[in-house]
Amino acid sequence: MSSGPAITVAGLSKSFDGKVVLDGIDLTVAEGTIFALLGPNGAGKTTMVQILSTLIPAGSGQVRVAGHDVVADPDGVRAAIGVTGQFSAVDDLLTGEENLRLMADLHHLGRGRGRARVAELLERFDLADAARKQVSAYSGGMRRRLDLAMTLVGTPRLIFLDEPTTGLDPRSRRAMWRSIRELAASGVTIFLTTQYLDEADELASRVAVLDRGRIVAEGSPGELKRRIPGGHVLLQFAAPEAWKSAAGLLGPVSGDEENLTLQVPSDGTVASLRRLLGRLDDARIEVEQLSIHTPDLDDVFFAVTGRLSTEPVRVPEKEATLR
Amino acid sequence: MSTLAYTLTDSATMLRRDLRRLRRYPSMTLLLVGMPIVFLLLFVYVFGGQLGAGFTSGPGSRSAYLDYVMPGILLITVAAAAQGTAITVAMDMTAGIIDRFRTMAIARSSVLTGHVIASVIQALFGLAVVLAVALALGFRPSAGPVAWLAVIGLLTLFTFALVWLSAALGLAAKTVETASNTPMVLTLLPFLSSGFVLIATMPAGLRQFAEYQPFTSVTEAVRGLLSGTGAGSNAMAAVAWSAGIALAGYLWAQHLYNRRRAR
Repeated sequence: MSSGPAITVAGLSKSFDGKVVLDGIDLTVAEGTIFALLGPNGAGKTTMVQILSTLIPAGSGQVRVAGHDVVADPDGVRAAIGVTGQFSAVDDLLTGEENLRLMADLHHLGRGRGRARVAELLERFDLADAARKQVSAYSGGMRRRLDLAMTLVGTPRLIFLDEPTTGLDPRSRRAMWRSIRELAASGVTIFLTTQYLDEADELASRVAVLDRGRIVAEGSPGELKRRIPGGHVLLQFAAPEAWKSAAGLLGPVSGDEENLTLQVPSDGTVASLRRLLGRLDDARIEVEQLSIHTPDLDDVFFAVTGRLSTEPVRVPEKEATLR
Repeated sequence: MSTLAYTLTDSATMLRRDLRRLRRYPSMTLLLVGMPIVFLLLFVYVFGGQLGAGFTSGPGSRSAYLDYVMPGILLITVAAAAQGTAITVAMDMTAGIIDRFRTMAIARSSVLTGHVIASVIQALFGLAVVLAVALALGFRPSAGPVAWLAVIGLLTLFTFALVWLSAALGLAAKTVETASNTPMVLTLLPFLSSGFVLIATMPAGLRQFAEYQPFTSVTEAVRGLLSGTGAGSNAMAAVAWSAGIALAGYLWAQHLYNRRRAR
């Protein structure tokens, strides 16, 4: 197998009808790793996946995927990759099993091998009971699982996952994360896009932040989070005296005297909280309430672009009712 | 396997998928086959008595008109099936699965080939049903086995041509609604041919149009074969028209399919 990087992109740009969607992207994805492209809606994530997966041509720049140039040898790329898009790419009129058989046939697996692979994937993605049901009757989570299973029929070396958990309920989201980790553990390279920092943090070894078609930050999740001042503990005091003494004790921290709150920078670990509360206790300062704020995509954005992301970031838990 | 073998295998896989989809969505086939049957009943029982008087006078005029109108009805059946192609192609192009196919190393033409062949099979099924109804109504063609084979061949070829054209129309349409509307012109053309009335009864401009349009050539060839008088030069014209339309439709469809931007 080729030992070079799974994906190399140099100076990639793309515009639609004069509107620049991607503007000079450079990135490298090492083989066997999970790479996350993080950004709000409209940042250009899907366009990026569409170019890398040969769906649309690049405007300019060099793109090599799985050792093949996307322009010179799109079929070479296609033979090595699997794509699970943002919108489910399943056939509603077929059953789950028929969808998988269709993929097995298109990969020329042959009758016996195809059948075995389909049965294995139905089992692995918990779809065996619904195998003979038409996909139009599937739930959102089942459709996503089938979608990913269809992508895996041809055992691709590199998988693109475009917002794989958007719109999923928390349980399905966890299940999807587990599947993604299992895949990565088996040596598959994964290129995933997401709007959620926690998802990138949970899965990826490397994250690039995409904003208005440019990569504004890149690094490991740890490196990125260190650049974010958004993580803090919010202390709420009952009395103005307590607020004043705490403000004096903790030094230059931002606070709100009227509401009697203080924002103390924190990485959110138990040890640091214990230290903070210990200091307040020692000084006999009573804290009424405490809340922990972990950095989210907006904080990353604020840190690297100096402004909030153009669209409000949605919290996945709130979407549990959507399919 | 060679490239050609892969192309055939992939096209056969897509054909299986498309036929399965047609079976799971029977209301469309029902509608496409039902329409020509309604036209058949309408033209024979409502208009037939009077229109048939132009061919034979007396009580036999309705059955004379049934014989006359059958080629037109068969072509309506073909046109309706072609309309179905535009719809199924457009449905596929607006669904997520097409992007999956396009990121797979499969024979690129297989998606459209599957649709086209499925539509031809659907049309042949429709033609068989419509013919059966016509026979039940008293249609008695005097064609021999060879003439029947020629009729089937001509109709299949013409269906193949219209279906490619319609696949291109389906690709050109941005929505499924548009795709179901544009090919309606195809179902109108049999009426502007020799399918339902004698061209000689039409006014000047329309008459020239009717005389030189493909549906007339196919209608006349099929009519000649069914009535036992032979197809004559119309058969050549029908084959030429079919080949031309098929080639143009095929090239246009391939062009649109390859040019198409991701959803």
